Amino acid sequence: MSPLCKALLTAGLLTSASFAHASNLVYCSEGSPGGFDPGQYTTGTDFDAASETIFNRLAEFERGGTKAQPALATSWDVSEDGLTYTFHLREGVKFHTTDYFKPTRDFNADDVLFTYQRMLDRNHPFRQAYPSEFPYFTDMGLDKNIAKVEKTDDMTVVFTLNAVDAAFVQNLAMNFAAIHSAEYADQLLKAGKAAEINQKPVGTGPFVFSRYQKDAVIRFKGNTQYWAPEQVKIDNLIFSINTDASVRAQKLRAGECHVTLNPRPADLQSLQADKNLNVPTEPGYNLGYIAYNVTRAPFDKREVRQALDMAVNKTAIIDAVYQGAGQLAVNGMPPTQWSYDESIKDAAYDPEKAKELLKAAGVKEGTEITLWAMPVQRPYNPNARLMAEMLQNDWAKIGIKARIVSYEWGEYIKRAHAGEHDAMLIGWTGDNGDPDNWLGTLYGCASVDGNNFSKWCDAEYDKLVVAAKRVTEQEQRSELYRQAQAVLKREVPITPIAHSTVYQPMRSSVKGFEISPFGRNSFSGVSNN
Amino acid sequence: MLSFIARRLGLLIPTFFGVTLLTFALIRLIPGDPVEVMMGERRVDPEMHAQAMERLGLNKPLYQQYFDYIGQLASGNLGESLRSRESVWREFLTLFPATVELALAALLFAGTLGVIAGVVAALKRGSLFDHGVMGISLTGYSMPIFWWGLLLIMFFSVGLGWTPVSGRIDLLYDIPPVTGFMLIDTLLSDEPGAFGNALRHLILPAIVLGTIPLAVIARMTRSAMLEVLREDYIRTARAKGLSQARVVFVHGLRNALIPVLTVFGLQIGSLLAGAVLTETIFSWPGIGKWLIESIGARDYPVVQNGILLIACLVILVNFTVDILYGLANPRIRHQK
Repeated sequence: MSPLCKALLTAGLLTSASFAHASNLVYCSEGSPGGFDPGQYTTGTDFDAASETIFNRLAEFERGGTKAQPALATSWDVSEDGLTYTFHLREGVKFHTTDYFKPTRDFNADDVLFTYQRMLDRNHPFRQAYPSEFPYFTDMGLDKNIAKVEKTDDMTVVFTLNAVDAAFVQNLAMNFAAIHSAEYADQLLKAGKAAEINQKPVGTGPFVFSRYQKDAVIRFKGNTQYWAPEQVKIDNLIFSINTDASVRAQKLRAGECHVTLNPRPADLQSLQADKNLNVPTEPGYNLGYIAYNVTRAPFDKREVRQALDMAVNKTAIIDAVYQGAGQLAVNGMPPTQWSYDESIKDAAYDPEKAKELLKAAGVKEGTEITLWAMPVQRPYNPNARLMAEMLQNDWAKIGIKARIVSYEWGEYIKRAHAGEHDAMLIGWTGDNGDPDNWLGTLYGCASVDGNNFSKWCDAEYDKLVVAAKRVTEQEQRSELYRQAQAVLKREVPITPIAHSTVYQPMRSSVKGFEISPFGRNSFSGVSNN
Repeated sequence: MLSFIARRLGLLIPTFFGVTLLTFALIRLIPGDPVEVMMGERRVDPEMHAQAMERLGLNKPLYQQYFDYIGQLASGNLGESLRSRESVWREFLTLFPATVELALAALLFAGTLGVIAGVVAALKRGSLFDHGVMGISLTGYSMPIFWWGLLLIMFFSVGLGWTPVSGRIDLLYDIPPVTGFMLIDTLLSDEPGAFGNALRHLILPAIVLGTIPLAVIARMTRSAMLEVLREDYIRTARAKGLSQARVVFVHGLRNALIPVLTVFGLQIGSLLAGAVLTETIFSWPGIGKWLIESIGARDYPVVQNGILLIACLVILVNFTVDILYGLANPRIRHQK
């Protein structure tokens, strides 16, 4: 019988194939990755699909935490002046064997050099052959701060910095810093196919890339040669790509996938009620806030910012916008961040006092301002439009007329960088577990043209956060950051609103999945039986 | 006939240029640039931004970009996606069969059911069935696709568990793409049960996508049939004592189907438009979903050339339908 006839005959009889011996896990992801070279990308969709599965980094964040721990480097030494980092590499790590690449040697210092020099050097031969940008690397300022990367022997790599960066190892643990194979890159370069590094990835990670069909599926095999074999408990890892959150929720309930992400608040109740599912939650490592543009009147006066701040009914916003799935925010960073100052209290909700403050500051009743609301749903703010309407209402009570403004997302950010707003809704999700990623990146003087949407540059504050970045001792840093938080609270360049709660729906058969504070979905150490 | 074809062909060229200008302008009229969209709330280093724009060729004046674009098209190059760096033509080719498969299934569903319902309604004019068909088709025509799709998923997939929620096949089947048509590929793959599984995945999306064409075809068939049944030759046929079936199907339906054929052609456009939504609901990896994601990412080459390819397709189908119609109906081709 021909295979065609046989297939036709059996098609009607069997409805699902049996996969008795292999362990499979289907993950309903939210979008197609742009490619598989993590260095070129900035979004979680790209990182989950490539960096967490196929690749490793020198250091990696512990699963479910924000601490950097050894990965491809087993240990590192920091010089006395804090400018030289020496990484000792792990022995016996194998790169993936695939139908497009067979490694002849184990991982060594050359691979680290290739990975970093490609990102540092615009004239690197590989970058000439395949022109690309490394936005995250540049955004973190690493292209400017890393003076050189050298190897002292096959298993030792030395990074020299231009300035002390207390978060350096954390930065290298981030997803974009995935280590590529220098041998594979050579092979691609010789074959004139450098661009394939983005389509046919080779890494050292727990899963081996098998096949990708845009908008449909990414297939991975468990890496049988992984250097931490106990971390690989799945034979076939399958990403099923579904852009619609409701459809993902339905697929999970129907058992067509085992883990998914970002459920809509409206779907939560039915997911939690389903006996076959687990929906663990964690406070999000993010912050949604209002940024006041202090370069514009009347926001240049502290009393005005204070008045607007105390007129915000945060509890009502948490109920309506986050539908309970959020935590009231007090400081400029989440409580799970080390150095967070518990002793700082929010100003009480007091419209009467706010009115007095405004009067004292000479702000007339009926003053018009613009309030910007994002057009997109972000992890830290599920419904900016609704939040803006509630704020409009709150501020109307103290005589401030807010006009809600919205632009397409790219345009919104661009115009906000240019400072065209009065007050705007924005937020942040932590990148690397370091307090500087909040207090320095978002409110420091160096970021006034960048992520500092308040355009706030306070000498006292800035001295503290700059000093904190330049020391490496954690207790000392914590003290400086606590002082900085007090200044931030006093000067009110922002009104923190909420940290959203992360919900992680999965089938109850899935074991060992840890919610990442950074919102990454990692399947090493996860099993499904 | 030749001059008729030539006239139609002559129209194609300005239409084609109109479409290129329109797609080029449309995507650029929407504010936001791709580098900013890619970075989200993160700062874009001005130097990096300038470099990226240069590499993408977006720092040139608009007219220059348009001429570059036309030049590329003339050399048969559709450019590459800004996001994946994959050639637009290759991406189109890998995703297009999924859309064709879905559209054909929808058309089959809409065509058979629509023609049958239309004919029966016409024969039983004024009956309960007739009113039913007219009512349902009006509802179907005004149904928001998105809501309709989710409703069917809730009922049949989650509630009853009869059909899968989304996708083209249970992903535990590892079907290597050969033709891109899942039904054919499953037969080639020799995996037992895969064909049936793929078929079950096709049912709901085909129904959702076919709903509007079904309504249109049913109504169109009914009115065409009513018209034809009034004609003298039908009365003659009846008078000759031919059987009812012969009168209806051979004499009636064959003539009634001529206008229905045009409607079929016109439906290709709305099928492709509907595919954008249907594919999004059912995570169907076709060109509709591809376009939606590319618009979100401001992936200019994909959006302008993707739309261009689809427009060409619609133009081509309409052209073919016109010709077929001209062949079937001599009166048309002599009209100026």
